[in-house]
Amino acid sequence: MNEVNLSCPVPRPADDYILLAHGGGGKLTNQLIERIFLPAFACAPLEARHDGARLNVNGQRLAFTTDSYVVRPLVFPGGTIGDLAVNGTVNDLAMCGARPLYLSAGFILEEGLAMETLRTVVESMRAAAAKAGVQLVTGDTKVVDKGKGDGIFINTAGIGVIEAGTEISPAAVRAGDSVIVSGDLGAHGVAILSVREGLEFEAPVESDTAPLWEPVNALFEAGIAVHCLRDLTRGGLSSALNEIASAARVGMEISERSVPVREAVRGACEILGLDPLYVANEGRFVAFVAEQDAGRAIEVLRRFAICKDAARIGAVTATPAGMVTLESRIGGRRVLDMLSGEQLPRIC
Amino acid sequence: MKFLDEYRDSATAAQLARSIRKTVRRPWTLMEVCGGQTHTIVKSGLLDLLPSEISLVHGPGCPVCVTPLELIDRAIAIAALPQTIFCSFGDMLRVPGSSKSLLDVKAAGADVRIVYSPLDGLKLARANPSREVVFFAVGFETTAPANAMAVWQAEREGIRNFSVLVAHVLVPPAMEAILSSPNCRIQGFLAAGHVCTVMGWEEYEPISRRWHVPIVVTGFEPLDLLEGVQMAVTQLESGRAEVENQYRRAVKREGNRPAQERIAEVFEVAPRKWRGIGEIPSSGLQLRERYRAFDAIERFRVGVESVEEPSECIAGLVLQGLKKPFECPAFGTRCTPETPLGAPMVSSEGACAAYYLYGRHKHERSESELPRTASRG
Amino acid sequence: MCLAIPGKVVSVIEEAGLSLRRGKVDFGGVQKEICLAYTPEAAVGDYVLVHVGFALSVVDPDEAQKIFDTLTEMQRLEELEGAADVTESGP
Repeated sequence: MNEVNLSCPVPRPADDYILLAHGGGGKLTNQLIERIFLPAFACAPLEARHDGARLNVNGQRLAFTTDSYVVRPLVFPGGTIGDLAVNGTVNDLAMCGARPLYLSAGFILEEGLAMETLRTVVESMRAAAAKAGVQLVTGDTKVVDKGKGDGIFINTAGIGVIEAGTEISPAAVRAGDSVIVSGDLGAHGVAILSVREGLEFEAPVESDTAPLWEPVNALFEAGIAVHCLRDLTRGGLSSALNEIASAARVGMEISERSVPVREAVRGACEILGLDPLYVANEGRFVAFVAEQDAGRAIEVLRRFAICKDAARIGAVTATPAGMVTLESRIGGRRVLDMLSGEQLPRIC
Repeated sequence: MKFLDEYRDSATAAQLARSIRKTVRRPWTLMEVCGGQTHTIVKSGLLDLLPSEISLVHGPGCPVCVTPLELIDRAIAIAALPQTIFCSFGDMLRVPGSSKSLLDVKAAGADVRIVYSPLDGLKLARANPSREVVFFAVGFETTAPANAMAVWQAEREGIRNFSVLVAHVLVPPAMEAILSSPNCRIQGFLAAGHVCTVMGWEEYEPISRRWHVPIVVTGFEPLDLLEGVQMAVTQLESGRAEVENQYRRAVKREGNRPAQERIAEVFEVAPRKWRGIGEIPSSGLQLRERYRAFDAIERFRVGVESVEEPSECIAGLVLQGLKKPFECPAFGTRCTPETPLGAPMVSSEGACAAYYLYGRHKHERSESELPRTASRG
Repeated sequence: MCLAIPGKVVSVIEEAGLSLRRGKVDFGGVQKEICLAYTPEAAVGDYVLVHVGFALSVVDPDEAQKIFDTLTEMQRLEELEGAADVTESGP
């Protein structure tokens, strides 16, 4: 008889210190928000838990958002940390239904950073801001000791004007709504991995970083009943869907077959054992629209190059609340859970 | 992608599922040995396609889950040394040792790096001559050729600052240990296809004969698993017990000879402790005398305390297929992917994580409303 | 365990001096340099199964096709049976 020797570690204290995973955009990040930040800063706009705050200032509806960028490497196929800093904040505003107007930028530079690198990043921000139709109107610079920063950290904040008539938020999501993704997934994450040490490969994949206001505005102008928008960033499609399902207390049924992923992204994910549904994007969003408008919404989106693969990937259901289920390619079903930490390459 | 997409075709899957349903007359319990196979099963919802008579039990084929606690603690101690660059496959980073994981130690400032291949570890050693590069050589026989080559090459090139922390485990002894347990309910095995690309399947023939169990060498895509189940069930229904090869496109009976030779040159068989199961004789690999200089345990004499652990985690029973994860009192409450008590909750191939991610809601709702994840029986 | 993915060999560099036999392998458009020391028979155009940077086996295209041929045959027989039977069989 084989001796069964049960071994089990002492439970790890989850709350004692910050882990890398707290920045992953998944469960631990949300825990940090729920347990530390929300209780301290409790107020209505914050409690809406949307990407940006919606404010009313003397009758003018504004959206206000902020984001920080700590990506490594600073320069990757298809962009730089600067592109992400501009587009990320522009997109958070767009997801509130707001036309992005002004950005601020705070730079934390590491001592010893090559001036050439800074120039490259700043030039990419200039170009990205021009493309997005926003102005960078105020900024700040700090320098930290060598070793205390990853080259460059950038924080951007943005202000936009809410033009859309309807409230765009998880609360507006209804059972029966169609779930639409604006384009193919995972390109940004793969582009980053392709140059990260230890995981290098040659891949014709560039980051998908892009400003999203134009296609979003096109949906409004076409009179599409848009209930909610969320741009896909860390944690990929899965995180966005789970956050909204949870905030809106609805269920979702997604068809894996209908999720667009380009072949090179799939190849990279296969080698590393990653699931494209969890890989980061920087120029893609998911839209929850009234079922009858789904077809038209996709037509409108596909007019834009960055949305050429827009597709309906599923539907919202009344129950089970907060749960996203996936129908696999072979017709089996599983729960698409939120990531609980960074997705790591695996051999297993 | 060629040789991948075709094996995910839904029409063919449905056809195989029909064929299985036609063949099955009685309930059968099968074990898929490999964590990668478990991953496919849960990810594709394969159980939804199988008749309820078939029960699939997840085996200990997850080297991450079975790496002994002491080795993880040792890895952490070595990683914490200022002169080391500790490289590992991604899977191992989140597995908790007695008090923390490699990811925790990385967060605290240790130079821990994820690499794709052991050769990347060697590259780091060449590029950083003043640092000690240590590679965590985890895995089944599938990974042994790669790890063997890294050590073999390091010796050839005279690379002094490279060493490996060996945690290799072998599949056949684990299968025998499971079969010799008096509570064993496993009636057939889907053997690990990629292990067999290296080792072939000769060594499974005596096991199949001794225990009278069908063993089907099976691949990793949904169609492979369905075909593997079909072949196993066909044998069981007709009372046969043989080794068969489902993964014909990749596996030959004798396996990969050059790979086996390199493994034999660099490693030798040794006893190995399996986390959650205990020590199984001749179930691991260690470096041969000639290559001992590359052994990180010898090179870094780090003291590792042996710890008395609370045994709330029933990883052992789960790994042997004797209990289902949701039968564990800590499952989903004290033990979750964020706060894992044991390795099967950390690794995405671990049975507990798989059930947690894909099937825990089952117990809040009626079974008919949810994706079917737990096998019945 | 054992994530091994099939990729197409695009180029081969034979071993020379201390360096191992290796080549560029393509996975749906993404290319990586892979060690081919364990597949000395792998040639440009072949598909190999790659695990942690090593090709472990050359995919046999004839064997790969067999499952589909068998199922096509099975399907044909099913259809013949279906035509002959009055009642439907199976769930």
